[in-house]
Parts: sequence; C-alpha cells; structure tokens
Amino acid sequence: MSTVLDTARPRPSERSREAIIRVRGLEVGFGERLVMKGLDLDVMRGEILGFVGASGQGKSVLTRAILGLVPKRAGTIEVFGENLDELSPADRRLVDRRWGVLFQQGALFSALTVKQNVQLPMREYLKLSDRLLDELAMLKIEMVGLKPDAADKLPSELSGGMIKRAALARALALDPEILFLDEPTSGLDPIGAGDFDDLIATLQRTLGLTVFMVTHDLDSLYTVCDRIAALGDGKILAAGPIETMLASDHPWLRSYFHGKRARAVVAGDA
Amino acid sequence: MAQSTLAHEPQVRIERAGDEVRAVLSGRWTAEHAAMVETLVADIMTEADRRRVMIDLARVDRLDTLGAWVLDRTRHDLGGKGLSADFIQATPEQRILLNEVAYRGFQEEVKPRHSPFVDFLVDVGQSVASAGRDFVGGVAFLGELASAFLRVITHPRRFRGSAVVNQLEQIAYRGVPIIVLISFLVGCIVAQQGIFQLQKFGATAFVIDLTGILVLRELAVLLTSIMVAGRSGSAFTAEIGSMKMREEIDALRVMGLDPMEVLIIPRVLALVIGLPLLTFISSLAALAGGGVTAWLYGDISVDVFLSRLRAAVGINTFLVGLIKAPFMALVIGIIATIEGLAVKGSAESLGQHVTSSVVKAIFMVIVLDGLFAMFFAAIRF
Repeated sequence: MSTVLDTARPRPSERSREAIIRVRGLEVGFGERLVMKGLDLDVMRGEILGFVGASGQGKSVLTRAILGLVPKRAGTIEVFGENLDELSPADRRLVDRRWGVLFQQGALFSALTVKQNVQLPMREYLKLSDRLLDELAMLKIEMVGLKPDAADKLPSELSGGMIKRAALARALALDPEILFLDEPTSGLDPIGAGDFDDLIATLQRTLGLTVFMVTHDLDSLYTVCDRIAALGDGKILAAGPIETMLASDHPWLRSYFHGKRARAVVAGDA
Repeated sequence: MAQSTLAHEPQVRIERAGDEVRAVLSGRWTAEHAAMVETLVADIMTEADRRRVMIDLARVDRLDTLGAWVLDRTRHDLGGKGLSADFIQATPEQRILLNEVAYRGFQEEVKPRHSPFVDFLVDVGQSVASAGRDFVGGVAFLGELASAFLRVITHPRRFRGSAVVNQLEQIAYRGVPIIVLISFLVGCIVAQQGIFQLQKFGATAFVIDLTGILVLRELAVLLTSIMVAGRSGSAFTAEIGSMKMREEIDALRVMGLDPMEVLIIPRVLALVIGLPLLTFISSLAALAGGGVTAWLYGDISVDVFLSRLRAAVGINTFLVGLIKAPFMALVIGIIATIEGLAVKGSAESLGQHVTSSVVKAIFMVIVLDGLFAMFFAAIRF
C-alpha cells in the first residue's frame, strides 16, 4: 500500500500493470436469484473502464457491491490493494474518502444548494478555513463546467445535465483516486453527452483519476474508454479495448457492437 | 493505512540568491494538510522580499486540487505585490493541474445586514400575510372542490367509486382499532376523574351525565378528528406532495385527467363519509370506557348506567357531535391537499408541508369546534 502512496503518480506504463480494484469470485444474490455468479474483474490504475451489459444483468448491482451498498455472498473485493472485508471501520472510512460516486439520478441532497452539496464531504473530512472551503467548492463547480451562479441554486432548480455536473463536482470534492460513474450521459442530449465525456477525459488526465463508468452510450465507449468490460450471465463476458469487443464472437457482444446504432457511431467517427 | 505521519507533512525551505527568493517545497500538498498548507503559503508571502520568486516543486510528493489552488493563489497574490513569481521543476502532471485550477477570484456575495428588530417585524408581517393568503387559498380551494364535485355529480361516469372505497378502507376501516382504543381510555379517564370529584358532593351518579354529554357532544368528534388529521391528513399530504415532486400530477394533467377528480375528490369524500362513522364508533367506545370505570370505581351497575344515560342524553346531544364530523373532515381534507400541492422539489419541503398539514389541521379542528360550541349554544340545541 505505502509504496503506491509515497511516490509521485506512477507513469502510464507503470499504471497499466497495477489493479486498483480487484474483484475475485464475486457472488451476489437476492432471495433465490443469483445475480453475480463468481465474477472476476480488474480495474487498472489510471484507466477509464467502460462497463456494459444488457439491462437487468446487474451492472448497478456490481457497482453497488464494490461500494459496499449491497451485501455479497462470496468472493473478495480488493480496493487500493486492501481487502474490504478485512478493514476496520476506521480504515474503511479512509477508503470511502478516496473514491467518489456519481449516482445515476445525481443523488444530490435536495435541501442543500449545489455549493453546500460540494462542501459537505469537505466539511466532514477536512479541516479547511471558510475562505478555502468556499474557493475550493467554487473551483470544483467551475471545473465541471457549471456557471458560478449555479452554486447557490437548489437541486430542484437545475436541469438534468446540470444535476449530473453538480453531482460530479460533489464526487470530486475530496480529490478521489477512483471515480464511479453510473450512466453519466443518460438523459443528456448528444452534445451535452459529448461535452460530459470530454470533461471526464480531461479530469481523468488532470487529476490522474481511475474511472469506472457504467454506460450504454456507444459514443462514450468509443471516445473516452481505455478498456471495456462486458457483463453477461453474472460474469464478465469479455474485457479489453474496443477492438477486443469488436472481434468477440459472443452473440450479445456482436449485436451490441455491430448493431444498427453501433454502425452509425462508427460511420460518424470515420 | 495511517497516512498522516510527520514525513509527509508539507514543508517549505526559503533560499535567497541575488534578487531571487526560492521557495523549495516538499511533502504532500494535499487537502489532508490544509491548515499547514495555508500557514506555509502565508510564510512564503512574508518571506518574499526579493523581486523574483521561484516556487520549486521538485520535492513535492503529492499535489491535489487544494494544493494547486493555494499555490496558484499565492503566485497570483505575489504578482499583486509587484513581484514576479513562477513555478519551477513541476512534473507535467503538476503543470496540467496548476493550469486547470488557474486561480481566479470568486466574487464574494454581499449579504445585506438588517437589525434583529427589523428582522422580527419582517417575520411578523410575513406570518400575518401568509396566514391571510392561507385563508384566501383555503376558501378558493373550497370553491374549486365544490365546482369539481358538481362536475362529478352531473357526470356520474367520472365518479371514481373504487377509489373512494379504497380510501374509506385506509381512513375509516384501518383506523378503527386505534380510535376505539384511545376513545375507550379517554372515556375511562373522564369517568374516573368525574367520580373522584363528584364523590365530594355525594353526587357520584352524575358522572354518567357528565361522561355521556361530554363524550357525545365534544370528546368523540375531537379525538377522532385529531387522530384522523394525524393519520390520514399527513398521509394525503405526503402522497400528493411526492406525486407533485415526481411530476405525477403533471402526468395526470397532460393525459387530460383532472387531479382534482382523480386524487382529491375521492380522498375528501372518503374523509367526509369516514369521519362521522369513526366518530360514532369512538362515542360507543368512550361510553363503554366510562361504563367500565363507573362500575369499577363508583359501584354503578350496568343497568343503572344505561337507564341513567338514556335519561341524561337526548338525540340532540348525539347529533351535535355527529353534525360536526363532516365539517371537520372537510377542513382536514382541504388543508392536507393544499399543503400537498404546495410541496416543492426537495425532501425537506415535503417534511415541512406534512408537519404544517397536521399542525394546521388540528388547530383548525379545535377552532371549528369552538365555533360550533358557540353556535349550538346560541340556538339552544
């Protein structure tokens, strides 16, 4: 653990070898139904991993299982090289502050303004002067492309795209090392979705983030994801760069990446 | 995982050469050490006494947005003092981060200040105005409800019988056990106190008159109304409020369905039917409680209790309580719906409106009961 932290950020070549999240033999079930059947997954430091799968296959369940929101029946989850089951509650809190989560609906606290939402984790975990607290919150709000006057608005006064941006600002409040995004571009217009992809790519470069992105957006998969993992039948069907996905002959992957919509994306890129 | 060891704390060493001040930074310039970071940059500001300032990042272990922001702010502030400040030996990643945060002043919002006395007067004025608006809004809503009701009566096909029955089950049927229980207990308590006080005059038997009249005229309807305001009024407000929050009310409207007819009339109608029924049950339970206590504490047998009760209360006593019930129901229904429709987007707003729905409904029920008491006294009913 300490070797990772004490040096400056590893160079890209070193990054690619180290798994920041390592899931082994994960089983998650609800009642009789087993949703994850011994799933293995690695997320490498510094990459943007796109995570795809048919609706109802449990993409969100996997994300929630890694975050500890859904109990698992078997398997291990290692994050930052630490097995989450073996951590004391205090150490677990340290892990919590090193990742940020963008929920699908934003999950902004509806009683707080955007700025207060961003400041909430900072107030909880950091000892900052009031000036710095204000400046940092405004910085994060501007970094995600919101106008300063959005800072004092309540979530109910924001549009869908602004909610996603504000939620991203909150997810970035503590400078996390891993960013979980649950369908970040769903509900955005294509231009807004493209901007959001660019934003995530820029932030990932600037802050050296590792991004775990559940998405259905083929554009996102083509443009920003370094690697893609496909979920099916409780396991990872395939993982690798987009070329691996295109070359796969699994029926679902073929129809996903060679379907009408996928061809349109490729044609648009060319 | 203990990370905050001394070795990681941010540090600054100041070196001077010619017209140059060099601030050599080391350690972690991150949010965890925010307080240290702020003191150190203040040091740099005071130490910077030469024309050129170099901020050397070569030995910085980690830099996050906070560190980058504070450092770039310092560079900006030094520039403001007429010095030239630069970062040297930054890694490409640090450069990107420093460029990305690029210090700019965020304008402070100016909050106008008032004296507490003026604030107090403003508060009072606003409360009076909003109470007035509530009253006008309530009357307007009553009119809307009446016109919607007329529409439903003239077009019976638009009447939603199953919704009314469903609401009746929620409001009346499921409310029976708790209302029977509290009414029985209150009946017991009133009778017991009556016996203790009346014994002093040797007038124990009058406890039956006391309990009978008090329960039938006032207690049963008040207890039931307060219980229903808390049980069903709050539920209406929460249901309608969360439907409003999630645009379900708008969805009804665009389908050409009137939320008034679909949601509100069935609920208010069920209240108007249900509350008198519950009041009747409550009266019986309270009288039963009074009877049991009279028997246990006052040695009044059941047939004495019944015959004396028959003599003490007339049909008018019974009707006074029952007549009030539909009006109470209307007040509870109107307040609950108005509050529900006033819910804004946040969870906090929902909570506030549910609370104020219950508080206002109970308050209005008691005020209305007082008005009825004056009215019935005036007409000697």
